[in-house]
Amino acid sequence: MFAEIADRMPQLLSGTWITLQLTVYSAAVGIVLALVFGLMGTSAHAWVRRVARVYVEIFRGLAVLILMFWFLYSLPLLGLRLEPMFAGVLALSLNIGAYGAEVVRGAILAVPKPQYEATIALNFTTAQRLRRVIIPQAWAAMLPPLTNLLIQLLKGTSLVSLITIVDLSKVADNWRGNTGNSALAYGVSLVFYFVIAQILVLIMRWLERRANRRLGRATPSRRAERATLPAAGGGA
Amino acid sequence: MGGISWDWNYTLQILPDLIRALLEVTVVVTILSFVVALVLGLVLAIVMRTPNVVVQQVLRWVMEFIRSTPPLVQLFFVYYVMPHLGLTLGTITAGVVTLGIHYSTYCAEVYRAGIEDVPRGQWEACRALSLSTRRTWLGVILPQAIPKVIPAQGNNLISLLKDVPLLAAIATPELLQTAFEAGNKTLSYLEPLTMAGVLFLAVSIPASILIRRLERRFGH
Repeated sequence: MFAEIADRMPQLLSGTWITLQLTVYSAAVGIVLALVFGLMGTSAHAWVRRVARVYVEIFRGLAVLILMFWFLYSLPLLGLRLEPMFAGVLALSLNIGAYGAEVVRGAILAVPKPQYEATIALNFTTAQRLRRVIIPQAWAAMLPPLTNLLIQLLKGTSLVSLITIVDLSKVADNWRGNTGNSALAYGVSLVFYFVIAQILVLIMRWLERRANRRLGRATPSRRAERATLPAAGGGA
Repeated sequence: MGGISWDWNYTLQILPDLIRALLEVTVVVTILSFVVALVLGLVLAIVMRTPNVVVQQVLRWVMEFIRSTPPLVQLFFVYYVMPHLGLTLGTITAGVVTLGIHYSTYCAEVYRAGIEDVPRGQWEACRALSLSTRRTWLGVILPQAIPKVIPAQGNNLISLLKDVPLLAAIATPELLQTAFEAGNKTLSYLEPLTMAGVLFLAVSIPASILIRRLERRFGH
C-alpha cells in the first residue's frame, strides 16, 4: 500500500499544485468581485444596488459545474475560446464572488452607525471613510464566513477534473483507472484535500487574529465564533 | 460571422428532455438526498451531545473530514469502492448516498445550534420530572429546537441542489448530463447548456427567495 502511494507521489503532488493554484487564483479574483459587488450592494443609489443584486442572484443561483461547462463548450460557439484553466478559474471566482459579496455587504452594514456618523463629522472623504474606518472593522467580521467560503472554493476546484484539467481529483481518477484500486486512490486524495483544508483554516485563523488585534480586540474563542457562524452549506 | 447563431427550433426540440431531466432527476435527487441529510444530521447532532469525549471527538473529526473534502471525490469513492464490498449502486443511489451524507454534516451543525438555543431550564425541568431520555428529546427539546432551524436547513437544501449537477461525472441523466449529451449529438453546445443554466436558475432563484421569506417570518 505504502509502495503504491509512494509510486503515485509525483502525480499527487503535481495535482495538489494545480488544485492550490486554482484555489488561490479563484480566491484572489473572487475577493475582488466580492468587495466590488458587496460595496455596490450598500450603495445609496438603487440602480447600483440592483446591479449587485442581479450579479449575486445569478451567480449564486447557478451550479458551478454548469457555468464551467458553459464557458468551455458554449462560449466557443459565440467566438470566444477559453483555456480550460481560465474557464475553471472564471466559473469558480464568479460563483464564490457572489457568495462573498453577500458576506461583504452584511459585514459593512453591521458596522455600527455611529462609526459612519463620526467619519462625516470628521469630514472624511468616502475613500478615507472606507479605508480607515469601515473596511478594517468589516474585514474582521468577514473573515469567519470567508473561511467557510474558502473551503467551499477548495471543494469546488475538484470540478475542473471534469473539464480536462489534471488536478488532485483527476490524479485520483487516473490512479483508479490504471490500477483499479479505487479505495486507495480516492481515499488518499481525500486525505490530501483534508490536509489542504486544515492548512487554509489555520491561515485564515491567523488573519482573523491579526485583524482583531489591529482593532484592539481579542479574537473571540472558537466556541463562541462557531455558535455565531451561519451554518449554511457550501455549493461546491 | 453573422452574430450569435441561436437556433430556436433546436432549443424547442431539446427543451422537453431538459425539463424532464430537471424535474425527474435533479429535483428528485435533491429531495431524496435532503431527506437523508435531515435524518442523518439529526442523529449526528443528538449523538454529538454524548458526554463521552472520545465518541464526541472522533465524530467531530469525521464530520470535519466529510465537510472539508470535495463531494465529487466522495461520489467517486462511493460509486467505485462500494462494488468491491459487494454492493453495486446505481448512479442515482450513489448520488443520493454521497450528497445525503455530505450534507448531513451541515444539517447536524444547524440542528446543534437549534438544540443549544433551547434554554437550560427546559433540560432541568425534564430532569425534575424524571422524563426518560426519549421523552426529553421527542417531547420537549426537539419540538422547540427544530422549528427555529427550518430556514437554515432550507439554505442547506439550496446548496444541495447546486451540487446535484456533479452527478454528471458518473453519467447520471440529470439536467447537465442531458444537456451535454444533446450537445454531443449536434456538436452545438450553445443552446442546450444555456437552457440548462436558465432552467437551473428558474428553480434555484425562486427557492432562495422562498427561503428568505421563511427566514423573515421565523426571524431571529
